Amino acid sequence: MGVPLLSVRGLSTEFRTERGTVKAVDDVSFDLAAGETLAIVGESGSGKSVTAMSILRLIPDPPGRIATGEVVFDGRDLLKLEDHEIRSIRGNRIAMIFQEPMSSLNPSLTIGLQIAEPINLHRKTPWAAAMDMAAELLARVRLPDARSRLRSYPHQFSGGMRQRAMIAMALACQPQLIIADEPTTALDVTVQAQILALLKEVTRAVNSALILITHDLGVVARYADRVCVMYGGRIVEAGPAREIYARPRHPYTIGLMASVPRLDQAAGSRLMPIDGQPPNLANLPPGCAFAPRCRHATDLCRAERPALASSGPEHHSACHYHDRLSA
Amino acid sequence: MTDSAPERVLEVRDLKVHFPVMAGALVRRQVGSVKAVDGVSFDVRRSETLGLVGESGCGKSTTGLAVLKMLDITSGQVIFEGEDISDHDRARMRPIRRRMQMVYQDPFGSLNPRMKVAEIVGEPLEVHGMAGDRAAYRERVASLLDMVGLLPDMADRYPHEFSGGQRQRIGIARALALEPTLIICDEPVSALDVSIQAQVVNLFQDLQERLGLTYIFIAHDLAVVRHISHRIAVMYLGRIVEIASSSELYGSPLHPYTEALLAAIPIPDPAIEATRPQQIITGEVPSAMRPPPGCRFHTRCPRVMDVCRSVDPPMRDMGGGRAVACHLHGA
Ligand SMILES: Nc1ncnc2c1ncn2[C@@H]1O[C@H](COP(=O)(O)OP(=O)(O)OP(=O)(O)O)[C@@H](O)[C@H]1O
Ligand SMILES: Nc1ncnc2c1ncn2[C@@H]1O[C@H](COP(=O)(O)OP(=O)(O)OP(=O)(O)O)[C@@H](O)[C@H]1O
Ligand code: SF4
Ligand code: SF4
Ligand SMILES: [Mg+2]
Ligand SMILES: [Mg+2]
Repeated sequence: MGVPLLSVRGLSTEFRTERGTVKAVDDVSFDLAAGETLAIVGESGSGKSVTAMSILRLIPDPPGRIATGEVVFDGRDLLKLEDHEIRSIRGNRIAMIFQEPMSSLNPSLTIGLQIAEPINLHRKTPWAAAMDMAAELLARVRLPDARSRLRSYPHQFSGGMRQRAMIAMALACQPQLIIADEPTTALDVTVQAQILALLKEVTRAVNSALILITHDLGVVARYADRVCVMYGGRIVEAGPAREIYARPRHPYTIGLMASVPRLDQAAGSRLMPIDGQPPNLANLPPGCAFAPRCRHATDLCRAERPALASSGPEHHSACHYHDRLSA
Repeated sequence: MTDSAPERVLEVRDLKVHFPVMAGALVRRQVGSVKAVDGVSFDVRRSETLGLVGESGCGKSTTGLAVLKMLDITSGQVIFEGEDISDHDRARMRPIRRRMQMVYQDPFGSLNPRMKVAEIVGEPLEVHGMAGDRAAYRERVASLLDMVGLLPDMADRYPHEFSGGQRQRIGIARALALEPTLIICDEPVSALDVSIQAQVVNLFQDLQERLGLTYIFIAHDLAVVRHISHRIAVMYLGRIVEIASSSELYGSPLHPYTEALLAAIPIPDPAIEATRPQQIITGEVPSAMRPPPGCRFHTRCPRVMDVCRSVDPPMRDMGGGRAVACHLHGA
């Protein structure tokens, strides 16, 4: 990879709570090149959304705080920018599609207004023209009756329609980086396929990059170039998508793959979740965070935290026994 | 002793829910209506899971909300445990509400941000006077949290302190609190990672076995739907176009829309995905304000015939509980 478009280095984000400091993201590093799609997968609560929000400095402070790290985007460390500088990047050069549309759509403004606003703000496009673009964008995310739907309020949209409105908003300013947090969870497979194809097409057209946060391993298989697997606030495995599927090198990833329901499985049979509870981020064990749930765990695992180590071509795993595992 | 047909918990007959569309800056007038649900009929038997799938915006959530009477029904009937509740007002619905619960699609919008998790989960118990003494109440809340894989010390936190998937599980724990007869699950697992998804799906199945729960399970992940459902109804633009047992539906889909839906499922294997043709149904998504004449799917159907453009195919009973609305499967 040449000079990456985005380079995240040693990012740690924590939340101060009554129960202690929650280390939601702990020493996370990755690079992303223009034109590339990176998937972030991992357990619920493992820090995927907090990572994404940290990149754009959207962590509520208090209680949150980016403790350490660098987020170098196009040569500049976003964590060092003035507030007005980061605001001019947000929604413009970096767009975020949020996991829960209702939490980021304003319930009292029409959808049209909310999509046209960044176009008007960042591109100085007059309102009428911005509204026309909003209608076009809604049509591109496959919303029927796009023009008459500009006047709808978020509560008048279905779950998937809200999600698509958010995507339209993200595409409005042709960003160089799109961070999509579970962008298609509310969409059926056919619309999902159309939307992901659209995201790919848009990123290709302007050579931008895509961070795709998802727990749909089928989506990852179809759309991602590289994958980071998170567990307990850390990246535990990273590598090219094909590598990770063919040769997972971390017991958590192996468990994740095994818990996916598949169409070639007998209906009604038991699914295979990973046993045990997710780690308490306010009180992580000293060694490997996965140790209490890992059937390969040894005393070494419980005492010493494994570092991300090379485990094949461009493939890294944070497991003491990564070279001895087979799926 | 005769073998009686399994009891119907829910009967829905020709249900319609239309939303008015208003326009005009000063004088608001109705310019049309979104026919979100436009003539839907189905039954759900006791201890059965009926999966409900279909394109985004086709009316799944609206159907669910209408069954719970949380929306005004334009026409049609909803019969719950033998009682026609179509015209029930709020007061008459109250005692019935306890037996029908919903797990919502958008966990953020449906949890009160000012309440602690224990209060959110326990509130239904208090509202319905089932809280018991302090110790029993705490224990019940703790066991509900445990059931959905949340840690006991999470009980004293507020919703914003949780990740998306954790919030979804709080919603599930709340719906389970009253041990209702019917739970309408609207995308209950789509915010969850696959491992926790597997836990929750197993949990739904255990509760069904143990308590005889009945579910309507709305979801987009067709592998999950197949896994949990006994029967599946496929919706397209406000109508059910096919209904069949899961094995029949996946084994031999009859409706071209069902076929398209199944073909679009991504497979969790990049090696297979790289070589698989991307089968995406094309064509404009039709308007729910002006549904196409004839078969509603005809504008995008790869197998469209002349008759499809003008004649609306009725739902035809194919025997064995299977029905389909398509001219390819005529009498
Ligand atoms: N405002 C907050 N206060 C305290 N803790 C928080 C806050 N926001 C997030 N957390 C915690 O940080 C951790 C990481 O959360 P995050 O939202 O990044 O998870 P995620 O990986 O995106 O999960 P999901 O797949 O469920 O969306 C969680 O344990 C969560 O409880
Ligand atoms: N309160 C409302 N006012 C106006 N229109 C509405 C309202 N609620 C829903 N609709 C419309 O009804 C149609 C069906 O919506 P519904 O939420 O039932 O879809 P859905 O099948 O659940 O879709 P999704 O999979 O995206 O959640 C959509 O066109 C939506 O815009
Ligand atoms: S380091 Fe040890 S406990 Fe951690 S994943 Fe590897 S084998 Fe399991
Ligand atoms: S009725 Fe005609 S258009 Fe409709 S699904 Fe069947 S073949 Fe296709
Ligand atoms: Mg998240
Ligand atoms: Mg819905």
